[in-house]
Amino acid sequence: MRPFSFSQTQDVETAVREVAAYPDSKFIAGGTNLLDLMKIDVMRPAHLIDITKIALNTIEETESGGLKLGALATNADTAYHPLVEERYPLLSHAILAGATAQLRNMATDGGNLLQRTRCYYFYDTQTPCNKREPGTGCSAIKGYNRDLAILGTSEHCIATHPSDMAVALAALEATVHVSGTNGARAIPMADFHRLPGDTPHLDTNLQPDEIITAIELPSKGFAQHYTYLKLRDRASYAFALVSVAAGLELEGDTVKEARIALGGVAHKPWRKPEAEALLHGQSATRENFQKVAEAYLEGAKGYGDNTFKIELAKRAIVRALEQATNMEASA
Amino acid sequence: MSAQQIGKPANRVDGFEKVTGQAKYAAEFSAPDLTYGVVVNSAIAKGTIKNIDISEAMALEGVLQVFTHQNRPGYTWRDKDYQDKDSPPGSPFKPLYSNKIQFSMQPIALVVAESFELARYAAMLVKVEYEQEPHDTNFEANLPKAYKPKKYKATPPPDPRGDAAAALASATAKVEAEYAHPSEHHNPMEMHASTAVYEDGKLTVYDKIQGVKNSQQYLMKAFGLAEDELRVISPYVGGAFGSGLRPQYQLFLAVLAARELKRSVRVVMTRQQMFSFGHRPKTNQKFAVAAASDGELQAIKQEVFAETSKFEDYSEDVVIWPGVLYNCANVELTHKLVGLDVYTPLDMRAPGGTTGIYALECAIDELAYEVGIDPLEFRIKNYSEKDQNKDKPFSSKELKECYRQGAEKFGWSKRKMEPRSMKEGHNLIGWGFAQGAWEATQKKAAAKAVLTPEGKLLVTSATADIGTGTYTVMSQIAAETLGLPLENVSFRLGDSSMPMAPLEGGSWTVSSVGSAVKLACEKVQETLLELAKKVDNSPLQNASIEDVIFSDGQILLSQNPTQSVSIKAALAQNGGESVEAEATQQPADKQQNYSPYAHSATFVEVKVDEDLGTVKVTRIVAAIAGGRIINPKTAKSQILGGAVWGIGVAMEEETMMDNNLGRFMNHDLDKYHVPVNADVHDIDVIFVDEQDDIVNPLGAKGLGEIGIVSVAPAIANAIFHATGKRVRELPITLDKLL
Repeated sequence: MRPFSFSQTQDVETAVREVAAYPDSKFIAGGTNLLDLMKIDVMRPAHLIDITKIALNTIEETESGGLKLGALATNADTAYHPLVEERYPLLSHAILAGATAQLRNMATDGGNLLQRTRCYYFYDTQTPCNKREPGTGCSAIKGYNRDLAILGTSEHCIATHPSDMAVALAALEATVHVSGTNGARAIPMADFHRLPGDTPHLDTNLQPDEIITAIELPSKGFAQHYTYLKLRDRASYAFALVSVAAGLELEGDTVKEARIALGGVAHKPWRKPEAEALLHGQSATRENFQKVAEAYLEGAKGYGDNTFKIELAKRAIVRALEQATNMEASA
Repeated sequence: MSAQQIGKPANRVDGFEKVTGQAKYAAEFSAPDLTYGVVVNSAIAKGTIKNIDISEAMALEGVLQVFTHQNRPGYTWRDKDYQDKDSPPGSPFKPLYSNKIQFSMQPIALVVAESFELARYAAMLVKVEYEQEPHDTNFEANLPKAYKPKKYKATPPPDPRGDAAAALASATAKVEAEYAHPSEHHNPMEMHASTAVYEDGKLTVYDKIQGVKNSQQYLMKAFGLAEDELRVISPYVGGAFGSGLRPQYQLFLAVLAARELKRSVRVVMTRQQMFSFGHRPKTNQKFAVAAASDGELQAIKQEVFAETSKFEDYSEDVVIWPGVLYNCANVELTHKLVGLDVYTPLDMRAPGGTTGIYALECAIDELAYEVGIDPLEFRIKNYSEKDQNKDKPFSSKELKECYRQGAEKFGWSKRKMEPRSMKEGHNLIGWGFAQGAWEATQKKAAAKAVLTPEGKLLVTSATADIGTGTYTVMSQIAAETLGLPLENVSFRLGDSSMPMAPLEGGSWTVSSVGSAVKLACEKVQETLLELAKKVDNSPLQNASIEDVIFSDGQILLSQNPTQSVSIKAALAQNGGESVEAEATQQPADKQQNYSPYAHSATFVEVKVDEDLGTVKVTRIVAAIAGGRIINPKTAKSQILGGAVWGIGVAMEEETMMDNNLGRFMNHDLDKYHVPVNADVHDIDVIFVDEQDDIVNPLGAKGLGEIGIVSVAPAIANAIFHATGKRVRELPITLDKLL
């Protein structure tokens, strides 16, 4: 690990001021990803600002009937919070599908959104990687890419975002509250993460001087019909090959509203509202779910090892919508 | 006899030390002024180092040296000086020897500093320029260059029997299929580590190794040291699975640095570096098997193509299994190697057996279906009564009893032959079977027993306990032989100054070291009997060793157990001295006429969600014929561990080579998957009774490897039964079932 300086802050204003003042500085909270990446020399911050003392760990109801998750609330506290379990079980299930109990105890909600990709090449400093070192090339496109993206890729990067939580947040259309030197703003989940394009080194639209303060969930939680279906190479402690967060609002067997987000397939949680809209006013049948699945994966591109994900994602969407409809036990 | 120790499910005698953190592993030993080494590994797979710039690293205060091929001390160039007890034929890798790169992640520098953190940072500052050459890492592309090695490390393929080609041509039922097994890495919990403690010109090295004598002799030859200049100690090993059979490069580098700096040095591999040396070789197998319409096997043809490095010819026992497991008149076996720019493969739990039995047992299952006979019935029909490779009877073989008890426990009789015949919601249910074997070898080994006047017994042998239970079972064997309570016995191991033991591997430790422990304790018995005769009015006056038994701290006349002398009373006749004996046990001549094997029968239930390709191994019943079971508890742990690993082999483990870079890419435990608790469901272990007076003086067969060999094929066969699909390429990941 390269040497770095370290400071602790008690409030958002100081945190933002410091991150703007120190070159190459990073916030650290749970540290479950950043420290690993520093040890293997993938991330090389010159200064770390410990934000764990800032009072941002509460989970509160909002006036509009939603819920505000403090950026420093842990994944564990969030997943097991009674209001989350009751109103947003999709989010609770998604969080618990990720990592391990020990990691969820340390990891924060804000940090979860800022996880880096788990691409093999990003993790190995002796291989070319445009995300780690822009301009060196992407080893994955013609290399080993079983875990990597099939949607929204570019010729520069096919990395995926690894979070489960973010997939549920995308389906729930959460909003990310941030503060920076220019003040506070709110970013819809759909706009928070980026596609790689020709700037794969940028994961999100968060500015370097901005800090996540909270994640706001709107009132609609799809608590009656939801599922988080995560498909992976072993039953726990593995990142998703494909995951589906699905929420349905049903009237009889007619779909009033459908929300779907895919994980493990793109540089960000993948939403396609126009495909979801195909279900609106339609009956909740396997046939209709298959139409949505086809539309959702339109334009998907496989790179060899990961081509199976296209078919897998379609089947996962169908199964997730069936599960959400019938509220069967999640696979 | 109330004091009987063998057969008791005793808790691990080292369990308390382990769970309380008192058990010290190689990287946990310290020394005054200890320094820390961090290894720099090659980015390329083949070529030369043009330049290696250590100036930036050396400029840091506290960095003592960066060892490279340019500044290393002179050392021997001869291959034989680097060969160890598990070396395959060839030219062993010599760390920092030259600027030549032979494989990706080859160690090319060792940074030594006053702290670990500093060494790790300095290692990041070492700048290397390479002259890259095209590498061969693509196994499939290099298959046409496969060759028969001049010398096999393993058993050379047995000679053909009968005429397999003719039998195949005229057979009524025939299966031809190709099976692929990927490269796998051992990944024990404890990473390889060495702490070389330098004191007055002498070295004490704490090493992670499956045999301290191997490390000691390797270092003596490589560095030209005398035996008394170097002691190797390894009391605990946090798993090894074969990765510790050969001394690994961290040992060489730690000793090199300690000698040059005249300081103590610790070098620990990172998890990523655990992918930079030996591994289970990628292996393709072509099978052609044939049977008559009544199910009688008529031919087995097995062609093996296995990965090795370009500098050593590693091979393992992939092709011996047809001759051990099946009665078949026409057999043809070949084993060729594919040389790649990778590090040499290395024995991994049941080397060759895991690979060979997987493919054989799948091919036989396919043939049983071709003929239309229940797969278990098919095995009974073609049961081998002798080892046809050696044309010798088995020393014992209770495999049919494994079939019977395993099938009953599993409920095999309720199985419908037809695939896809059982369903439950989204899941197809499948039941699969496979059998296995593993050689029950005995090797020469020595042990020393010291019985103090207080009646405490200390037994030593330079063997290892890699989590297998060696400490415990050796203590039980010693306690049993001398009729002492277990708490009065301690067994010590893992010190090169102790009596000779073979490498701890091959499932031969109980058989070999256990027999030596027994013999050493029997020698103590003889001395004790002589001493007992000196006791006033000794009832044993005229007794010979055959007339007495040692039990409950007494030496008793077996014909009249009321007549006895206590061991303490006998010891009191020794003038306050301990009774000592050292013994070397060799395999008995009578073994020559027999073939000793342990056997297994594995029954598996899987549930396959066909839409999504996901598989759950819901039940495993493993029935084992392993001779006399010394400790049912540690024995069961061995079989459970084998079964869990079998799940990994069947469905998860695979090291992925990027052929553009010539590098294994999933080199950490996030991306290299082994089973987690959530993957493991019901596992039942059955040990059937098996008497064996030939295999060794204990009648016990090793259990380290028999537990894994038949699990993966039973899973693959169960997946076929569930889905009707034959996936012949491991691991069976969900994409292969879509």
